[in-house]
This record gives sequence, C-alpha cells and structure tokens, in this order.
Amino acid sequence: MTLYLSVAIIVLIFVVIFQIAKASEYVSILKGEEASRQQNNKINGFLMVAFLVLGFIGIYVCNEFYYGKTQMAQGAASIQGQKVDEMLFVTLIITGIVFVITQVLLFWFAYKYQEDTNRKVFFFAHSTKLELIWTAIPAIALTVLVVFGLRNWFFFTGEPPKNAMVVEVTGKQFGWIFRYAGKDAIFGKKYYKNIDPATNSVGIVWDDKYAQDDILTEQTMYVVKGTPVKLILGSRDVIHDVGLTHFRLKMDAVPGIPTTMWFTPIYTTKEMQEKTDNPNFQYEISCDQMCGNGHYSMKGIIQVVDQEEYDMWMAKQKPQYFTAFPEKDPTAVPVVADTTAKMAVVKM
Amino acid sequence: MSHEAALHNHEGHGYDDHGHHEHHDTFLTKYVFSQDHKMIAKQFLITGMVWAVLGGLMSVLFRLQLGYPDASFPWLESILGKWAKGGQITPEAYYALVTTHGTVLVFFVLTAGLSGTFANFLIPLQVGARDMASPFMNMLSYWFFFAASIVMLSSMFVETGPFSGGWTAYPPLSALGEASPGSKTGMDLWIIAMALFVVSSLLGGLNYITTILNMRTKGMSMTRLPLTIWALFFTAVLGVLSFPVLLSGMILLIFDRNFGTSFYLSDIYINGVGALSNEGGSAILFQHLFWFLGHPEVYIILLPAMGMVSEIMSVNSRKPIFGYMAMLGSLFAIAILAFLVWAHHMFVTGLNPLLGSVFVLLTLLIAVPSAIKVFNWLTTLWRGNIRFTPAMLFAIGFVSLFISGGLTGIWLGNAALDIYLHDSYFVVAHFHIVMGVASMFGMFAGVYHWFPKMYGRYLNNSLGYIHFWITMAGAYLIFWPMHYQGLAGMPRRYFDFSIWESFKQFAELNRFISTIAMIVFATQILFLINFFYSIFKGRKVTVLNPWESNTLEWTTPINPGHGNWPGEIPEVHRWPYDYGKDGHDFIPQTTPVGEDESGTH
Repeated sequence: MTLYLSVAIIVLIFVVIFQIAKASEYVSILKGEEASRQQNNKINGFLMVAFLVLGFIGIYVCNEFYYGKTQMAQGAASIQGQKVDEMLFVTLIITGIVFVITQVLLFWFAYKYQEDTNRKVFFFAHSTKLELIWTAIPAIALTVLVVFGLRNWFFFTGEPPKNAMVVEVTGKQFGWIFRYAGKDAIFGKKYYKNIDPATNSVGIVWDDKYAQDDILTEQTMYVVKGTPVKLILGSRDVIHDVGLTHFRLKMDAVPGIPTTMWFTPIYTTKEMQEKTDNPNFQYEISCDQMCGNGHYSMKGIIQVVDQEEYDMWMAKQKPQYFTAFPEKDPTAVPVVADTTAKMAVVKM
Repeated sequence: MSHEAALHNHEGHGYDDHGHHEHHDTFLTKYVFSQDHKMIAKQFLITGMVWAVLGGLMSVLFRLQLGYPDASFPWLESILGKWAKGGQITPEAYYALVTTHGTVLVFFVLTAGLSGTFANFLIPLQVGARDMASPFMNMLSYWFFFAASIVMLSSMFVETGPFSGGWTAYPPLSALGEASPGSKTGMDLWIIAMALFVVSSLLGGLNYITTILNMRTKGMSMTRLPLTIWALFFTAVLGVLSFPVLLSGMILLIFDRNFGTSFYLSDIYINGVGALSNEGGSAILFQHLFWFLGHPEVYIILLPAMGMVSEIMSVNSRKPIFGYMAMLGSLFAIAILAFLVWAHHMFVTGLNPLLGSVFVLLTLLIAVPSAIKVFNWLTTLWRGNIRFTPAMLFAIGFVSLFISGGLTGIWLGNAALDIYLHDSYFVVAHFHIVMGVASMFGMFAGVYHWFPKMYGRYLNNSLGYIHFWITMAGAYLIFWPMHYQGLAGMPRRYFDFSIWESFKQFAELNRFISTIAMIVFATQILFLINFFYSIFKGRKVTVLNPWESNTLEWTTPINPGHGNWPGEIPEVHRWPYDYGKDGHDFIPQTTPVGEDESGTH
C-alpha cells in the first residue's frame, strides 16, 4: 500500500514540475526570447556562485562529520602505514590547492562573465606563454609526488629485514588459512592436488622433511609487535586480496602465483583497543578482490601481541602433520594412556 | 563538370556535389534498418537511454541494500522473485546487480550510447559529408549493438542468474561455474554479448575514422575540424586498437570455460568439487588483456564528452576555445598515454615493482595534458559572454567533476597510495565522478545542445535547469562522502558491512547516500519525460542556427533529410571558433575570410 502511495506521490510531483516547466515556457515566449534568456542567465549565474559557496560549506561539514571515522584519525598501525599517511597528506595538500583554485575560478568566471549586452568578448585564442606555464607547473608538482611515491613504493615492495618472521597466507572461498614454518623455519613443499579440507587444507606434501613441523591455523594469525612480518600469499581457488586497512597495505592472493608483502606492526591489538577507545577493536583482514557471493564476509583476524604472548601461543600449536596422522603424534600416546589410567582408577 | 572535378581533386577531398536523390523510404528502411547516420545516432541514443534507466535502476536496488541492510521490502520480492526472498536482496542478486550495472553503464551507455550517438550524429554533419563512409556498415554497427543488448538482457533471466563476478570479469572466478553460480550460463551469455558489442564498436570505429579522414568537405582541413570531431577521432582510434585485445582475452576465457584449456587457470581446488586438472595458466594474464582495453576504455568514454564540452563552451561563451592546438595536442597525448598505463589497475597483483614504477610515472604524466585542458576551458570562460543554456550548465558541471575526479586520480595513480586505497570506496568515488558522472554530463550537454538539430524542436529549458542542478548537487552529495569511506579502508563490492568492526561506522552515511541516489535517479526520469515529450510536442525550431554557432551542422535545413544538405555541401573557409572576432559575434565556417580581417588563430 505504502508503495502505491509513494509511487502516486512521485508521479504527482512529476506532473506538477512538468506543468510548471511548461507554463514557464509559455511565459518566456510571451516575454520574448531575449528577455527570458537574460533572466535565465541571472538565475543560473547566481546559482553558480551559490553552488560554489554551499559546496565549500558542504565539504567542511562532511569533513567534520566523517574525518573522525576514517583511518587517518586513528593513525596507522605499521611503519609502512605511517609513510602512507604522510604521503596522503602531502598529496591532499597539493591536489587540494589545485582543487580550490580551479573550482573557484570555474564558478567565479561563470558568474562574472554571464551574458551582458554591453560586454565585448575578448578574442583570445591562444597564448604560448600561458600554455607553457600550465604545462610546467603540473609537471613539476607531479615530479615531486612521483619521487616521493616511488621511494615509498620501493620500500614497501622491497625485501623485508633479515629478522622478519614469515607467514604463509592462503585464501579460499571464503576464509583465510595461515601456515607457520615451525621449528625448522622452512616451509614444506605443497601441491594443490594434495588438498584435503579436513586435514590438509593447503596441500602440504607430507613426504617433505620440512613439512612435518608446519603449523596451520585458520581465521586468526598471530604476529609480534615490532617484528617485521613477511607474508607469502596464495589462493586455493579464485583471486582474493589480503587487505590490511590498519597497516595500509594490500596484495592479491592469486592461485598458482605466489605474491609477497611485508610490514612491521607497531601497536599490539590491546594497545590499539585502548588507543581507539574501542574494546572490540580488531586488526581485520578484509578480502579486497571480488571472489564470489561470500566476498563481503571473508574476514580474518591478525592478533598483534608481544613476543612473550606470541611464544606462549606458539607453544600451544601442534604441527598439522599430527592432525593428519594422529597415530604418529608422540604426545597423543600419553593422552590415551592417561585416560585408560583414569578409567582404571574409576574402576578401582 | 570537368572543371569542377579538377577543382575537387586539387583540394584532395572528393565530395558528393549533388543533393541526395529522393528515396522512397518505407517505415522499415527509415526507422528500423536505416542507413542514415542521423537515424542510427538516434537509435544508439534511445537504446543507450533504455540501458541507462535499467543500469540506474540496478544501482538504486543495490543502494537499497547498502543503505538499509536490515530492512525488508516485500515489493522487492514481487519484482525480483527468488533474488529477494522475504523482501531482502540476496548476496547473489546484489553481486549480479553490481556487475550488470558496471558492464551496462561502461559499455552500453557510455560507450555505445555516448560515442555511438554523437560520432554518428556529428561526424558527417560537422565535417560536411552526406553520410558515413559506409552507411551499411554503420547500420550493422547498431544492429550488432542491438543483438548484444538482447543477449545481455536475456542473461538476466537464466536460472543460475546473470554474471556476478564484477564488470572486470577476472578469472578464475569468471571461468569456473563451480566457484559462483553467476559464472555458469550467465557468464557465457555475458561473453557473447560483449563479443557482439566489440564487433559493433569496431564497425562503428572504422567508419568514423574513414569518414573523418576522407570525407571532409572542401576547405575542411584537419586543423579546421571542430574539437568534437578530433575527440571522436581519437576515441575511434582507441577503440579500434584496444577492443580486439579484449576480444582475444574473452576468446581465451571461452576456451578455459568450455574446452578444458588452462590459459588463466592453475593450482585450483574448489570446495565441494576437488582439485581441477588445470595447471600452468596465469590468472594475471587476463588482467593484462582486460586492462589493455579497460584503460583506453576510460578515455573512449571521456574523450567524446571532452570534445563536446569544448565545442559547447566556446559557442556559449561567445569566445573562441582557448588554445585549439594545445587542446588537440593534449587529446593526442591522452590517446597515446591511454595505451601505456593499463597496469596501474594492477599495482597490487604482485606486479614487478620496477614495472610498477614505470606505470606510476606514465600514469601521473596524464595529469599534464588533463591540466592543460582544464586551464584552457577556464580561460575560454574568462572574459566571455556566457549564455547559460542547459547544455552550457552541463558543460561547466563536466569541468567541475573532471577536476574533482581527476585530482583523486593523482592519489590512486601513485602506487604507494594505491596499495592502501585500491578497491576501496575511494576508487568508487574517483571513477564515478571522473568517468561516470562527468561523461554522463558530457552526454547530457550534447543532448541538450544538439536536440534541436536531431528533432527540429527544443527541449524544455526549465526542466533542463532543474535536471542540471539536482543532478549536479546529487553527484557531489553521493560521491564526495565516499572518499571518506575509502579513507576508512571500506572495500567496494561488499554486500553488507555490519560484521566488520572497521567499516560498520558508516551505516548512517550509507543511508544518506542511498536516499540521494534515489532522488537523483528520479530526476533522470524527469529528463526522459522532457526528452520524449519534446520530440513530439516541444517548441519548434524556427531558425537555422538557434545557438548562433559556427559549425557546419547548423547550415543544414531544420529537419535535414538523408544526405544532410539539399543542394551542394558548403565550402569551409575558416576554423570553427571565430566568436567575437573583429566585433562580429560569430563568423560561420562557411563565411570567406574578409580582406581586412585580422589574422587567424
């Protein structure tokens, strides 16, 4: 019912606007083309300036409302992120100046030079000097931005420091799998045809001696504050993208072609919760490449902790090899013995 | 006769000296299978409008989901059926809507609807030709587009749904029906539609190039061409050189989908299906092929708008376009650079960083010709005598949007920032402003300006003003705040943000944007009413040259027949921008240069 009502109202509004517009056309014919054109020029000339002024007020209001909700207000959580933020501000200032100048000129000229029967236009078709000036100035400004940008780009995409910890990240529809290399610090080989969703979600080749201490976790990845982390990215099915908003980085996870990225987190999750005054704060991994119908829910979590906590967490992890082959797990046997012992106690 | 022929040969441009012979047109040959470039232009325009309404409606539907993720609208179920069970759009439907909205707006509206319409309409009229070089090919171009439209439309009604993997159609998602239901039959139809579309745009493009190069009237040297024609020329060149690459990418995709090849596929394990046998392909290869078209495509969309804006601004400022040669040079520079920047869409695909840096440099280089264009438009307005026709308003709006969206391109083109902003709402804001809305404004400007030539009647001015101001304000209200969402890292193509601690703070803003989007959409309906009403009932044009313009199309009769000029094609003696020269308000191109006239541009 409300639907029909709203459609009826819209139709009514259309009819009214349309009738007014038609009537104004008759009026303008009566007034003469010249006179109505002058009137239209006045109205639209005024609206041009009004739009400019209201536009700038709107920009200010928008900024007041929403700046606090952006990542900029929160601050970056990695060394790389700080560089990105710094560069964002430099770019904002340069483009902002150009924006204000050009928009003001555009709308001001439109207002100032609206038709006036007494004005003789200035036949000005060409000026090499002016054209050279506004070729050179953007070129110089852009050179600054390019130099600045590329320095950061090569830093971001360059080799991580030697002490970096390495985590392998695999995307799948719709979640994330993390692999740690274990005690030997070398990842075992993997081959996608070995994938078994229950026990071997990334297709580790168990015969490889480096593979047997590899640790797999899902959804949550642990990293250490202050230690560079290198991520080796891959995908099991379609292209995903590891989006790290708080660290200001992202990189695609492509099936068959490994990619890498690295960053140094500077705040633990706890510190960030206090900093943002939000007890629910999490470093979220968002999938930033359209990957299917569950794309919007493909969330991972990065827990940034200090070394001590990390070591405690790591100590609790069991190599995936023993999940795949429980009978080979040396710690599993005592557990079985334990329960039988307990049962024995009960029996007694 | 021989004397005349000799004259023409001397000029180097053959042209048909005789008025067009009267055809006995039936309804079918006049309105359906027409070979008259003006009718074909109208066919492109109206088909484009149909698609614009459908594409716009899709955006309203998915904005409904984004603005009101928890609400349910029972009427949605009655129009979308199982795609909106219980009145809530499903993720499948959401992604299908987003994908189709993108595909349709980019290709069917802003490529076919914009350059198809105005290249067809303006090229013969402004260069002084009776029709296109090959009217038959021109007709085929439209009908291939029509066929593409039908196939695309039909893809929306298949059981498994239309393609839903984004308009960029990256494999493996687009290659594997197992990965997404939309990648089943819907994707096959999508590829077929796109292939037909490529054929259409090639047939059109070759025709435009040939006509511009070979069929200019006597005296119409290349540097006397209006900037519209130059823009359409570069557009056609871009299309002819880049669309075949897209087609080749699509053909490989068809092979991967249906014939077991592995161009794009490698090391894939699908949940519930198991490991696929494909090995050794590269998913990134498709992205190179796609963006080799995809980036020039942006300029295919933008250049015609730039050309029309240049023309309309000059006419309505009563002042020559400033820096004709610089405008032309910057068009040329943009056209060249368009082919050298495609990988800036791929900074985060694992691209070699050194290669990436080259693409950063070339991408930011585009800002230079773009800046030249903006400053030249501003100088064109300076000390002019501006008439605010609706066309002029849209032209000014275009420049404003082009500045706003162009400047954010400098952010995104810098790889070190793109690595943060890529695929976020910042990108959505950027390309909608600079390519989507700006080009749409160029198209509106063109329609308002040339409507009197198309139909011999005027559009209603007041409706035009209302249309402009609401759309202009709406465009900024919708897309400006999206920059903030992008700076919060909010990813695009998300069905729902409520589960994300980092992105859920914008619920209220999303509602606001959705509301404005609906108002702006309704305003476009107002334009359509104006358009179709005015075709039949608009105020009649009574003078040959209502805008007091210099270009050749205004020397034709008010309702030109097939062949455009009843008598001889007029000869051209000057460039098209002699406005306000030597105290004359305007001097048409057909006026010979006077003896005491001051020097040309």
